[in-house]
Amino acid sequence: MSFVKFENVDLAYAPGGALAIENVSLEVREGEFVAVVGPSGCGKSTLMKLISGLRMPSGGYVYVDGRQVGGPLKIVGMAFQNANLLPWRTTLDNVMLPLEIVEPYRSTLKKARSRYEAEARQLLARVGLAGFEDKYPWELSGGMQQRASICRALIHQPRLLMLDEPFGALDAFTREELWCMLRDLWQLQPFTVILVTHDLREAVFLADTVYVMSKRPGRILVRREIELPRPRDLDVTYTDAFAGHVHELREHIGRVRAT
Amino acid sequence: MRPNLVKAAPWLVVLAMFLLWELVCAGFDIPEFLLPAPSAVWKVGVLQFEPIMMHATQTFLTTLAGFAIAVVVGLLIGMAVGSSPLLYRAMYPLLVGFNSIPKVAFVPVLVVWFGIGTVPAILTAFLISFFPVVVNVATGLATLEPELEDVLRSLGASRLDILGKVGLPRAMPYFFASLKVAITLAFVGSVIAETVASNLGIGYLMMSASSSMNMPLVFAGLIVIGVMGVVMYELFALVEKRMTGWAHRNPNGAT
Repeated sequence: MSFVKFENVDLAYAPGGALAIENVSLEVREGEFVAVVGPSGCGKSTLMKLISGLRMPSGGYVYVDGRQVGGPLKIVGMAFQNANLLPWRTTLDNVMLPLEIVEPYRSTLKKARSRYEAEARQLLARVGLAGFEDKYPWELSGGMQQRASICRALIHQPRLLMLDEPFGALDAFTREELWCMLRDLWQLQPFTVILVTHDLREAVFLADTVYVMSKRPGRILVRREIELPRPRDLDVTYTDAFAGHVHELREHIGRVRAT
Repeated sequence: MRPNLVKAAPWLVVLAMFLLWELVCAGFDIPEFLLPAPSAVWKVGVLQFEPIMMHATQTFLTTLAGFAIAVVVGLLIGMAVGSSPLLYRAMYPLLVGFNSIPKVAFVPVLVVWFGIGTVPAILTAFLISFFPVVVNVATGLATLEPELEDVLRSLGASRLDILGKVGLPRAMPYFFASLKVAITLAFVGSVIAETVASNLGIGYLMMSASSSMNMPLVFAGLIVIGVMGVVMYELFALVEKRMTGWAHRNPNGAT
């Protein structure tokens, strides 16, 4: 049984206007790590809005956890290219933000604050931010801000994590560090991930399944399963099998861009 | 040496201005009923200290009352306009149009409605100073990053949640910046109204002094208004710094 399911989904931002995505069908298992790659403006981010219920499809159906999506889901965590941390809150308070909104945390926050705070500190420590809990976002580097942003997306233990080019603005070394961080978090306590990215190596390294999308209107062109053994180490990125996957995906993207 | 100079600079400039003024008056032998020298203004200020303080207190309280109403009303309208694109579109032309009306032209209307005295002065101070508060609060709310809104909405946050957790805190630097502007405008408003329709306040004092050609007293009034304006501006600048230090951080990392 699939956890996320798209059935022939279309979306036009304006009624009757140009389609942002067209006839998209896909299925995601619970706990699966999915990456979506494609040229810029192909509607990858639109996909995220549909899954999280921020947008309703113009045609077709979106199901999450067996139910048709009819509004914002509360089992979702999101992180974007910009960390979007609130500058007036400390790192810890930024991470705790979802707990102030999502039930059942919201109504129990006052009583169980110290317990939740301990959980947040533990999560921050797990991504290497121990000692930075009480710093403000501008005192953190870009990579650290992004780690905190991912903690914020995970603190309420969402069953679905959606990442929209979360590592796009980071330098290559930091990016690889954060791949490993995300891999470890996911390996420790699997949740379903949908990662939108430009970076094919990132997609192949992290994902179980990679989807390639076409130019606008976005359609799914290829579905490729990455059967590299887990847990994957950064060394895997230098193997022939890995390079083969990246090459093949690169060819698809090249073909899309040429048309 | 340099930091001390920076600290002293505003005082030095004021001192230099008064010196130049004194020299010009003495050097060109300008009659007192045209431009009184600072020394003459000072003398009148000391002689008439009590009446000046009485009128100044009146103006000060009037201004504060108008300013307080402006802050409350400005915050409310700004929140409404800033959090709803529809209201933003609908209300903005009206607000801009209203702000373009010279408030001195509106004082006679207020006098007809409320009579001569403190009420029209409070209302003029309010009318002239609420606009910057509205614009700044609305701007602060309307420029919220869409991704941040998505993060919160995907968690099931209500509009009120978003306003309280993100919108308002984010708009605070804009709000406090507008207070500095609004308080000085409020002084303009109350003095205008006092000049036209009151028998109390610095505006009235200056009006009656100029009709008896007592120019030193007129200038004493002007300087008192200026001093009150600067003091209140600095006070709100301080409040701004205390409340929204995170927005004024040093880009080099040290706060």
